[in-house]
Amino acid sequence: MISPTGTETARGVALRLERVRRVFDNQFVVIEGMDLSIDAGEFLAVLGPSGCGKSTLLRMIARLSPPDGGSIVTDPPEIRTAFVFQDAHLLPWRNTLDNTALPLELMGVGRDQRYAQARAVLAQVGLTEAETRYPAQLSGGMRMRVSLARALVTEPRLLLMDEPFAALDEITRFHLEVQLRELWQRRGMTVIFVTHSISEAAFLANRAVVLARRGGKIRLDRQIDLPAQRTNELRSDARLGHEMKLLMSAMEEE
Amino acid sequence: MKRLLPPLIPFVVITLGLEFVVRSGLVAGYLVPAPSAVFRALVDSRDELAAAMAKTSAAALIGFALSTLVGISFAVLLSSSRAIQRAFYPYAVFFQTVPIIAIAPLLVIWFGYGMKTVIASAFVVSIFPVIANTLTGLLSTDPALRDLFRLYGASPGVTLVKLRFPAALPQILTGLRVASGLAVIGAIVGEFIGGAGLGSVVDIARTQQRVDKVFAAVLLASALGLALFGLINLVSALTLRRWHASEAGQ
Repeated sequence: MISPTGTETARGVALRLERVRRVFDNQFVVIEGMDLSIDAGEFLAVLGPSGCGKSTLLRMIARLSPPDGGSIVTDPPEIRTAFVFQDAHLLPWRNTLDNTALPLELMGVGRDQRYAQARAVLAQVGLTEAETRYPAQLSGGMRMRVSLARALVTEPRLLLMDEPFAALDEITRFHLEVQLRELWQRRGMTVIFVTHSISEAAFLANRAVVLARRGGKIRLDRQIDLPAQRTNELRSDARLGHEMKLLMSAMEEE
Repeated sequence: MKRLLPPLIPFVVITLGLEFVVRSGLVAGYLVPAPSAVFRALVDSRDELAAAMAKTSAAALIGFALSTLVGISFAVLLSSSRAIQRAFYPYAVFFQTVPIIAIAPLLVIWFGYGMKTVIASAFVVSIFPVIANTLTGLLSTDPALRDLFRLYGASPGVTLVKLRFPAALPQILTGLRVASGLAVIGAIVGEFIGGAGLGSVVDIARTQQRVDKVFAAVLLASALGLALFGLINLVSALTLRRWHASEAGQ
C-alpha cells in the first residue's frame, strides 16, 4: 500500500469507527454514534473545543477505555500502538536512555537490543548527547522529544498524540512539528493528533476533522490541500492560511 | 562547617546559659542538672550507659525494620483494591490511636519481660506512619503513566516494581523518617515496663533522684533517634538526589 505522502510503503494501520458511543457515569454522553474511517498511513488531526471528547476518542482507540457502544476495528487487528500525552510524563528517576527504552523493557526485549533501538530513535530526534541526563535536567522541548522517542521506539503502526505540544513555547513547537512530520513521512505510520490549535492541525495533518461541542459529532472532515513537504516557510503561505480559515469557520459554527 | 555552624551556635549558647543558671543557684540542681553534671554522669556511668544504649539500639532497630517491612507490605496489600482498603484501613487507624503506654503491660503479658516486649513496643508505635505514607504514595501514581504501562502490557507486579513503588519512594521515606523517631520512643516506653536498656536506666535513676543520669540517658536516646533519622536522610539523598525536588540541590 502506498502512503498518502507517496514516500514509501505504508506501515500504518487502517481504522474504522462505527456508531461509537461513550458515556461517563451512566449519564454524561461524551460521544454518540460516531462514524469515522482512517486510512493506513494517514496523518489525521482532530480539532474541537474543550470537553468535546477528543481525548476520550484517543483513549478508546488505544484500548485504554472501552466504548459503551459501537465498534472500533483496526486492520490488521493486532497492532503496536503508541501514545504521546499532553505532558511528557517521563519517569523522573530514569535517564533519557532508560525512559526511551521503557516500552521495550515492558515488552520483554533484552537489554542490549532495547538500548540499541533506543539509541537509534534518540539519534532521530536529536537527543544522542542527552542520553544520560535525567528529566529534571532537560528543557520542556527536550522532554517532549524524549516522550516522542519513547513512543517511536517500538516502531508503532499507530501513533496517538493528545495535544503533545500544547505546553511548549512557539519556536520549540514549530521545530517539533517539522520534526514530527519528517518522522511520519519516513516511517509511514498512522498518526491521530488531537489539538486545540488550528494552525498546528493545518500545518501537520493530511486530513482534519472538527468535532462539535456535544456528542462527538463531526462538523467538518477535510483533506488538507498542502504540499507533502512542510517546512517553516509554509507557515506564511496563503494556502496554509486558507486551510486554517476553513477549519476556523467550522470551529466557530459552534 | 557551614552546615554545622547554625545548629552548633544555639547548642553552645544554651549549654553555657544552663551551666550559668544552675551554678548561680537560679535553678536548683536536683530539678535541672548543670550540663557539666550530665557530662560527668556520662563519663562515670559509661559502661552501664553503653550497655543500655546497645540494648535500646538493637530493640529500636529491629522494631523499626519490622515496621518498615510489615508496614510497606501491608500498604501494598491495601493499595491493591479499594475493597481491601475499605475493609482493613480503619483498623490500621484504630491501631494508631491506641496509646502505647496503655498496651505496654499487655505486651509484657504476651511476650514476657525482655527484648521481645521492647521490640514489639517499638514496632507498634512506629508502623502506622509507614503504612499511611506508603499507601498515599502508592495511590498517587500518575494516571498517564499507569496508562502507559497498560498500553505496553505490563502486569500489576511489574507496574508495582517499576512504576508505583519508585514513584511512591519520596512519601515512603517521609513515613520512615517519622517512624524512626517513634521506634526509639516505643523502645524506651517498652523498657520502662518490660526490660533493660536506656528506658530502664531512666526509670531507676528517677527513683534515685539522679536527675543528671536521667538527662544522660535521655541524651543518648535522642542521639539514637537522630542517628536513625540521619540514616534515612542518607538513604533519601542517595536514592532521590537525581530526580526529586526534596533532595535536588542539597
